[in-house]
Amino acid sequence: MEKPIIEVKGLSKKYILTHRLPYETFRDKIVELAKKPFRLLRSRIKSQKEEFWALKDINFQVQKGEAIGLIGPNGSGKSTLLKILSQITDPTTGEIILRGKVASLLEVGTGFHPELTGRENIFLNGAILGMTKKEIAKKFDGMVKFSGVEKFIDTPVKRYSSGMYVRLAFSVAAHMEPDILIVDEVLAVGDADFQKKCLGKMDEVTKEAGRTVIFVSHNMEAIKKLCTKCILLKNGQVVMFDETNKVVDTYLQGGQLATQQPLRQRRDRDSKGRVTMTDIAVTTLSGKAEIESGDALRFRIKYESVFTKPIHNVRMVIMIVNDDLQNVLWFDNEVSKQTLTEFSPNGEFLCETGPLNLSPGRYFVNLHFHSDGVSEDSVLLAASFEVKENLHRYAFQKSADYKVTNFIAPFQYSQKK
Amino acid sequence: MADISFQITIKPKKGWVSINFKELWLYKELFYIFAWRDIKVRYKQTVVGIAWAVFQPISSMIIFSIFFGGLAKMPSDGIPYPIFVYSGLLYWNYFSISLGGASNSLIANEGMIKKIYFPRLLLPFSSTITPLIDFAIAFLVMIGLMIYYHFMPTFVGILIIPILVLLSFLCASGLGSLLAAINVRYRDVREALPFLTQILFFVTPVIYPTNIVPEKYQWILGLNPMVGIIEAARAGILGNKAIDFKLLLLSAVIVLVLFFLGIYYFKKTEKVFADIS
Repeated sequence: MEKPIIEVKGLSKKYILTHRLPYETFRDKIVELAKKPFRLLRSRIKSQKEEFWALKDINFQVQKGEAIGLIGPNGSGKSTLLKILSQITDPTTGEIILRGKVASLLEVGTGFHPELTGRENIFLNGAILGMTKKEIAKKFDGMVKFSGVEKFIDTPVKRYSSGMYVRLAFSVAAHMEPDILIVDEVLAVGDADFQKKCLGKMDEVTKEAGRTVIFVSHNMEAIKKLCTKCILLKNGQVVMFDETNKVVDTYLQGGQLATQQPLRQRRDRDSKGRVTMTDIAVTTLSGKAEIESGDALRFRIKYESVFTKPIHNVRMVIMIVNDDLQNVLWFDNEVSKQTLTEFSPNGEFLCETGPLNLSPGRYFVNLHFHSDGVSEDSVLLAASFEVKENLHRYAFQKSADYKVTNFIAPFQYSQKK
Repeated sequence: MADISFQITIKPKKGWVSINFKELWLYKELFYIFAWRDIKVRYKQTVVGIAWAVFQPISSMIIFSIFFGGLAKMPSDGIPYPIFVYSGLLYWNYFSISLGGASNSLIANEGMIKKIYFPRLLLPFSSTITPLIDFAIAFLVMIGLMIYYHFMPTFVGILIIPILVLLSFLCASGLGSLLAAINVRYRDVREALPFLTQILFFVTPVIYPTNIVPEKYQWILGLNPMVGIIEAARAGILGNKAIDFKLLLLSAVIVLVLFFLGIYYFKKTEKVFADIS
């Protein structure tokens, strides 16, 4: 039998959390030393103990031509694993053998320069992704066509809309021909149409061209569509490595379990952390916990923060996702043009919606709290709620059909007589 | 086509990691592309564009000639002050621009370092290559000045120009790699660099001749490798004195030490760039 194309053996990655600051300056060190001459010595000893294992003893093998999905909650080590596979950072122990050329796509448009034109950026980005000039020249027309920005190919990309930018960037990446392709959640950008196109391209890359792909996504539909097998990571360890459907089901059940944990105790937060959302309750406007389709909802969120003064410029985003973790609804005060200032440092707030015609089923709530453009707290799957059928309003059949859509807008058919 | 023999092993790197020349060669196109990008971007959205490469040294030359040559009566080994100062500025500007570019190259490309792998050494080196274009343009002006002032370079003077350029390149890229690697952890480098460059400017005989420094202290000046380079360039082209090969050799030795020290430190700290930048 052929040797596996990717072999990961006893891989671990340790980070030492010595300082909270994004970077330290020499001056800070001197000030610290002047203030507390002995603290520096002691804190060093203490900080050495503050180890964080982003990955612990990871072992797996991938055969040539397999498409592997990598799933897991925030902070489970997915990105770290991709970074090590892409040689951006070193493992602490263990080793990986890659038997083929690797290209990694952790971000679309890495190295794009705003001053350069689309044409120039294709060559720049292509080279950064490891393509030769000859290769890029050969595929150039295909890339431009795929991106659909033919007309603007000689315009500096700083004048592109964000959609055009992403489309061009993805087109370059989509034309790579490595043996192993490592892709982070890059499909979460662009409009739905383009996302579909990208998924199609990814499918082509794996199924027809027979490349080996490692793919990270929170979009379970995409994972199910693309991947034959999946790895479920949790707290830096491989929890499961099996067929996609089994792993996704386990993960989603885990998601439901996560929502059962009190919000205050959740550690899988992914942001600056000056604000902590501690509790969430989802009810109808009248306060009932039983929710039916067509009910208006009320989200009551309690939070604490390190601030002593009122929090300015708050951007609150509540996302409703369905049980395949696809976004369904989005309550963002910046989109609705409501400014939120003078939020007290601790307390609670409400979000009240209009009638929501959600199809029956289970939904999850993602919470994001920003202030002054900084993400202060973010919890995915912070809560879940069940929407029951309301037989007075809608006659949902017990068929799978209503799963096609999660939201029913008001409508009326008529015919001119 | 899948090349079965192609195999990469990713393992923890410990201590001094030797430079993978084969890999650097594989990435040579990216190196060109980085240099090309820097050249392309350099004068984008400016009116006069590449003419800045001419305008900057000439205007410095005029200012220095008025204040130091004219008003302060700075000696210049009997050579007209404008061409005296220009011959020094030529190499000095190349060195300081390259050093600045190389030292900031890692943090300027932080986004890329965190998202994709390539040999990081390409960054400081491509930043040191790009200013060679400005150097070449400024050199044409030098030729013009020589014709205007009727200076005939010596044969040896012409022969050593590539060596002097190479030494300046090694000096800027070595010191630049060192500072770039420190800059990733301590942003103080970014703050201190303009200041450091200014100090270096004054301890390098650009606007004055070395003989205004008492002879017994001249060896201290010689520790600055740019001194030997600029002195040799001047002597070779303007013939104000014989080329001091002993001084040039000292400079070359110091440049090589700096170069290897810079690369050593860079390679030693390279593995944590993505984690701490």
